[in-house]
Amino acid sequence: MRALLALVRKEIVQVLRDRVMRIQIVLPPMVQLLLLAQVMTFEVKHTNLAVVDFDRSTASARLVEAFTSTGRFGVVLDTPSPARADDALLRRQAGAVLAIPEGFARDLRSGRAPTVQLVLNAEDGAAAGVVQGYAANVLAGFARAEAATSPPAMTQRFVRARPGVQVETRRLFNPTGAYRPSMALGLLASLVSIIGILLTSQNIAREREIGTLEQLNVTPLTRSTFLLGKMLPFWALGLLELALGLLIVRYGFGVAFVGSPLLVFAAAALYLPAVLGLGLLISTAAQTQQQAMFLTFFALVTMLFLGGIFTPVRSMPAWAQAVAACNPVQHFAETIRAVLLRGATAREVAGHLAATVAFGAVVLPLAVLRYRKTAD
Amino acid sequence: MPNAPASVAVRGLSKRFGSVEALADVSFDVAPGELFGIVGPDGAGKSTLFRLLATLLLPDAGTATLDGLDLVRDYRALRLRLGYMPGRFSLYPDLTVAENLAFFADVFGTTVAEGRAIVEPIYAQIEPFAHRRAGALSGGMKQKLALSCALVHRPRLLLLDEPTTGVDAVSRAEFWDVLATLRDSGITTLVSTPYMDEAARCDRIALVQDGRLLGPPDTPDAVARAFPAPLVEVRAQRPGAATMDRVALLAALRHTPGVARAEIFGDWMHVTGAGSSGPSADEHLAATVRDALVAAGFADVDVRPVAPSVEDVFLHRMARPDV
Repeated sequence: MRALLALVRKEIVQVLRDRVMRIQIVLPPMVQLLLLAQVMTFEVKHTNLAVVDFDRSTASARLVEAFTSTGRFGVVLDTPSPARADDALLRRQAGAVLAIPEGFARDLRSGRAPTVQLVLNAEDGAAAGVVQGYAANVLAGFARAEAATSPPAMTQRFVRARPGVQVETRRLFNPTGAYRPSMALGLLASLVSIIGILLTSQNIAREREIGTLEQLNVTPLTRSTFLLGKMLPFWALGLLELALGLLIVRYGFGVAFVGSPLLVFAAAALYLPAVLGLGLLISTAAQTQQQAMFLTFFALVTMLFLGGIFTPVRSMPAWAQAVAACNPVQHFAETIRAVLLRGATAREVAGHLAATVAFGAVVLPLAVLRYRKTAD
Repeated sequence: MPNAPASVAVRGLSKRFGSVEALADVSFDVAPGELFGIVGPDGAGKSTLFRLLATLLLPDAGTATLDGLDLVRDYRALRLRLGYMPGRFSLYPDLTVAENLAFFADVFGTTVAEGRAIVEPIYAQIEPFAHRRAGALSGGMKQKLALSCALVHRPRLLLLDEPTTGVDAVSRAEFWDVLATLRDSGITTLVSTPYMDEAARCDRIALVQDGRLLGPPDTPDAVARAFPAPLVEVRAQRPGAATMDRVALLAALRHTPGVARAEIFGDWMHVTGAGSSGPSADEHLAATVRDALVAAGFADVDVRPVAPSVEDVFLHRMARPDV
C-alpha cells in the first residue's frame, strides 16, 4: 500500500513538475476540441442551383422560391436549355440542377403527381447526400404549403407519388440538425482515449529507456502494484481531461446536456481502465519510447476510425461492425452521446459499459502477465 | 534474519545471449563481510554477472546462494536483502535528491529515518543538495545518491556494478573510502571495476575476461605476487631526443631475445621475460634488456626489477589464460 502510494505520488510530482508536460496534457486536446468540432461537420452551407423551368408558371416560381428562401440554395443560372444547365454542373458553377417539366402547375392543380428532376454533382458523396436531404425537405415543405391552398386529396397524392423525395424528417433530440454537439462529444471521447493510452505507453517506455525500470525491478514491488501505480494517476488525469472537455462543450459550444454528466463520469471511470490497460500492454511490447509511440499510433488510428465517431458504425461492412463491437472507444463515444444528447439512463447504456469493462478485463491481466521483472 | 554478514556462493553460473557466451561456468565464494572485487575490462561479463546476482536475469546454468537464499527460487525474499547499483545512472532525473531517496525507501516498505544510520556517511555529503534535481548533479554526486538509494532499505548485500565509471579521480577515491566504511559496518559488498588501481582496495579480487574467471580469487597482493615470470621496468632515451620514444623503445624491447612481452606502464615500460619468476631471473632479464638497449643505441638506459601489480597479472593471464 505504501509502495503504491509512493508510485502514485511520484507520477503526480513528475507530471506536475514538467512544464511542457503540464501544458501538453491540457492545451492541445482542448484546442483540438474547440477547433475540430467546428471543422468536422457535414453541413453544406450553400448550394448553387441551376434551374431549367419548362413550365414558367406561378407554381413553378413558387417551387424555386421555396428552394431559395431556405438560404441554402441560390439560383446562379435560369435557363430553358438542359444542355446549358448540365454544362454549368460540369464546370462546377452549379452544384445541383432543378428541372421542372412543362405541365407542372397543371398536374398540381388536377391532383396528378407532378415530377421534378434534381441532378446533383456527387463527386463528394456525403455532401451530395446532404444536399439531397435539404432538397427533400424543401419539397416536403412545398407540398405542405400547397396543401393549405389546395384540396387535401390533391396534395396527398402529390406527396405520396414521390417516393424517395417525399421525406418527412423530424430530428429527435437534435431538432435543428446541428452536427456540432454530437461531433464535439465524439471528439471529446477520442481525446480522452488518446491522452490515456499515449501517456501510459510512453511513461513505462521512458522508465525502461532511462534505466529506472530495472532499478524498480530489483525492489520487492509486485507487477500488479507497479501497473496499478502507473494507472491510477492517468486514470485521474483522464477524468480531469473529461471534466475540462465537458465544460468546453457545455459553455463553449452552448450544448445543453439532456442526461446526467455524473453518469458520464461514472462511465469514464469504468472505461478508462480499458484504454490505460491497452497503453500498458503496448508498453510491455516496446523497448523504447519510439516503438511505443508507433504501436500507440497504430492502435489509436484503428480504434478511432472504427469508433463510430466520424462515420456511423451502421454504414461499415459487416466485419468492421464486428470489430467495432469490441472497440471500447466506440462504446464510450456512444455512451457520452446517448447520455448527454438523448438523456439515456444508466440502464440504457449498461450494455456499452459492460463491453468496455470486458475489454479492460482482457487487456489488464494480459498486461500484468506480459510485464516481466526478469529478462531472459 | 541472521545477524552474521551475508555470504555468497556462486557455482557454475552461465549465461548466453544468442551466440555470445556472456558468462561461462563462473564459480567463486564471497566471505561474510568481505569487499569483493570483480576486475576486468569492458565486455568481460561483469555486468551480466551482476544482473544475474541482482535477480534481473535468469541463469542458463549454475546456481548461486546469496545470504543463504537461492538466486532463482528465493528471488522475492532476496530482493529485500539486496542493494543493487547498476553501471548506468538509473534514478529519476526529474525528482530531487530527497525525493529519490524517499521513493526508494517507500518502495522497499521502509522510511528514510529507519535507513538513516547506514546511509548517513554517504548521504551527508549530498544532503546540501537535497532539493536539487538528481539530473542536475555531478557524476560523483549522482553515484553517491545512487549508493544511498541502494542502501536505504538496509540491505545485507551490496552489488555495485562499475560504480566509479565516468567519475573524476577525487570522487572515485572518496567513493572507495565510503565502501571501506560500509565494509566495516558489516555489509558484504561485491563491486566490479575496470580500474586496476581500485582492485587494490578490495579484500579479495577475481579477474574476469571473456565471461571466465582468470584463476581463483585471492587478495590483491597475493594475486600480484603470483605473477609467474620475471619482470623489470625500463626507461631509456634516444640520443638527442627530448622525450622517450615509446614506439621505438617498445619495438626494440619486443625484439630482444628472452623478452616475452613489453607494455607501457605510465612513464615506464614493463618487460616480462620468458621462464619462471625469481630474484635471479629478474636480474638476468634486467641485464639482458640493458645490454640489448645499449647495443641498439639507446641512452640513459634505466632497468630495474619491479614488484608485479594486478595489472601485470591481468595482462599476463589475458595473453596466456592457461597460467
